[in-house]
Amino acid sequence: MSPATLRAAFIEELTTVAPDIDPAMVGDDDNLQSDLGLDSMDFLNLITALHKRFALPIPEADYPQLATTALAVGYLSTAVRSGS
Amino acid sequence: MGSEIIRKYGADVESSPLATGWNAARARLDGLPGGGLNIAHEAVDRHVLAGHGARTAMVWLGRDGTRREISYAELSADVSRFANLLTVHGIRRGDRLFLLAGRVPELYVAALGAFKAGLIVSPLFAAFGPEPVRSRMEIGRASVLVTTEQLYQRKVAEWRSELPSLKLILIIGECAPGNCIALGPEMRKAADQFDTVATNPEDVALIHFTSGTTGKPKGVVHVHAAIVAHVETGRLALDLRPGDIYWCTADPGWVTGMSYGIIAPLASQVTMIVDEAEFDLERWYTILERERVNVWYTAPTAIRMLMRAGAEASKGRDFSALRFLASVGEPLNAECVIWGHEIFGKPFHDNWWQSETGGIIIGNTRSMDIKPGSMGKPMPGIAAGIVERDGQTVRELKDGAIGELALRPGWPSMMRAYLGEEERYKKCFVDGWYLTGDLAMRDADGYFWFVGRADDLIKSAGHLIGPFEVESVLIEHPAVAEAAVIGVPDETAGEVVKAFVTLNLGYAADLALEREIRGHARKRLGPAVAPRDIVFRDSLPRTRSGKIMRRLLRARELGLPEGDLSTLEGDAK
Repeated sequence: MSPATLRAAFIEELTTVAPDIDPAMVGDDDNLQSDLGLDSMDFLNLITALHKRFALPIPEADYPQLATTALAVGYLSTAVRSGS
Repeated sequence: MGSEIIRKYGADVESSPLATGWNAARARLDGLPGGGLNIAHEAVDRHVLAGHGARTAMVWLGRDGTRREISYAELSADVSRFANLLTVHGIRRGDRLFLLAGRVPELYVAALGAFKAGLIVSPLFAAFGPEPVRSRMEIGRASVLVTTEQLYQRKVAEWRSELPSLKLILIIGECAPGNCIALGPEMRKAADQFDTVATNPEDVALIHFTSGTTGKPKGVVHVHAAIVAHVETGRLALDLRPGDIYWCTADPGWVTGMSYGIIAPLASQVTMIVDEAEFDLERWYTILERERVNVWYTAPTAIRMLMRAGAEASKGRDFSALRFLASVGEPLNAECVIWGHEIFGKPFHDNWWQSETGGIIIGNTRSMDIKPGSMGKPMPGIAAGIVERDGQTVRELKDGAIGELALRPGWPSMMRAYLGEEERYKKCFVDGWYLTGDLAMRDADGYFWFVGRADDLIKSAGHLIGPFEVESVLIEHPAVAEAAVIGVPDETAGEVVKAFVTLNLGYAADLALEREIRGHARKRLGPAVAPRDIVFRDSLPRTRSGKIMRRLLRARELGLPEGDLSTLEGDAK
């Protein structure tokens, strides 16, 4: 899966959890919680959605690696590759 | 405003048979040198006067990894500077200062400086959307707001000119938008000495907003004397001792973060850990270990998040400094208590209280045997019962029976009013009891067990959410005809908000509309209050008098018995 496809999928899940976020306004380095306003429940819901969509285990210890869109896309691309 | 806050029950503090203990607790405070009682003096200045100014009051941990220690002497000087700058800007005793910011040192300085200058402090949760912020500042007739530029632009700027009481907006940092004042330069200009305003114990110090089942949020009024209960319960239920390293994870935007995240710890001369960042597994374990935290006061939602990560995540850590763990916000399930014991070698001590009680009322103290899942026993000086209302009388129930948790009024941190709402306030008191709205049970050993709310309020991540406030915002959306909001069980947050809506003609019930309505609610209310889930219905169950039956929606959602349906409107069954 290309980074662009992964990013689009990530943004889709992000804006499903938090539909108040305009996808066009999401900066790659925006912190999901402090910049985009997700609370910790939103963040958990997003992790659950990503877990389902990509059929990936995402252990709690890895959560900081999904703090921004850029980090998350990097994390997902490594995880998807090593999983397949 | 002072005149409308006549406290009917405050006077009982002196005469109640339970008062002896509270009077002894009062005697452990200093009082102002010239008479009077002021929270800022007890929390900060008296320690400096007693020669403990060099002790660390706060260790602030910035989101970016910054670590800053602030001594009691430094805090005292900053608190005086803030009190001075309020005076310079014409702000006076009795004015209302609202706080809307994350966990940064300026927030703590502003709260304490406001107490010192005789103002009334009202904290707001920074994750609230513009609507809850506005309604609370209107009800409280805010005079001053302390916030950040980002929060101001997102949540206040649009309607600021419509709140005539608002005289001053202080923006944390070095610059501020038009009509606002940057706090940084003002603080540097201000003098670091200020004579504490000689407030009386019964002068209003705080307004905490809490949700109602119907109508607007209620402004719960507390007085300076509340600190007597904060300090005493901090000692008894949290085991706070001078010099302790103490971490209260609650945000000061909620009552726990004020009573036990600012007032009780500082007045007890501990070192507070203040973490700016949101929950993060690795970060939290690191803070507990590296900062050598002795006393940790947190919430079931956070404990469950730690539990999800399993025991592996905490392996190899040194938690030997931890002496006492406590939890509040919702019942702590037995698994959490047992898990805490395995990971930290100490059990979590659950306790119970609410905005109205101002401080911990029922808890598990250090010397008690813990029954996992129970909130514990009433604190010394508190008389609690399980009761059943019958019109204007109240009947106490036997041990083992489920009823409403009720308290004999008269402890120092009991609310003195709902701001401007005498009727709503009076309704809480029946037959000499304060009725809490929580259902509970007391067992034969005197331990209390939480059962649920007696009303439609939702308890999510430890915070009360009023369905009416959420429904009002949902029906603002052009597609929504009616809305009903309930809490549904969630393994992490206890309950989460779920909404049922009916649509106006011409709107299709599809996924895109669900997201649009949820997005609207999140923008207006913020993520902590907005529904996490919205479902469409053709109709909502109503009583014959037209009231939506949230209780029935909830029963159906959870597969519970539907109860008495005799008042249900015919076609909604």
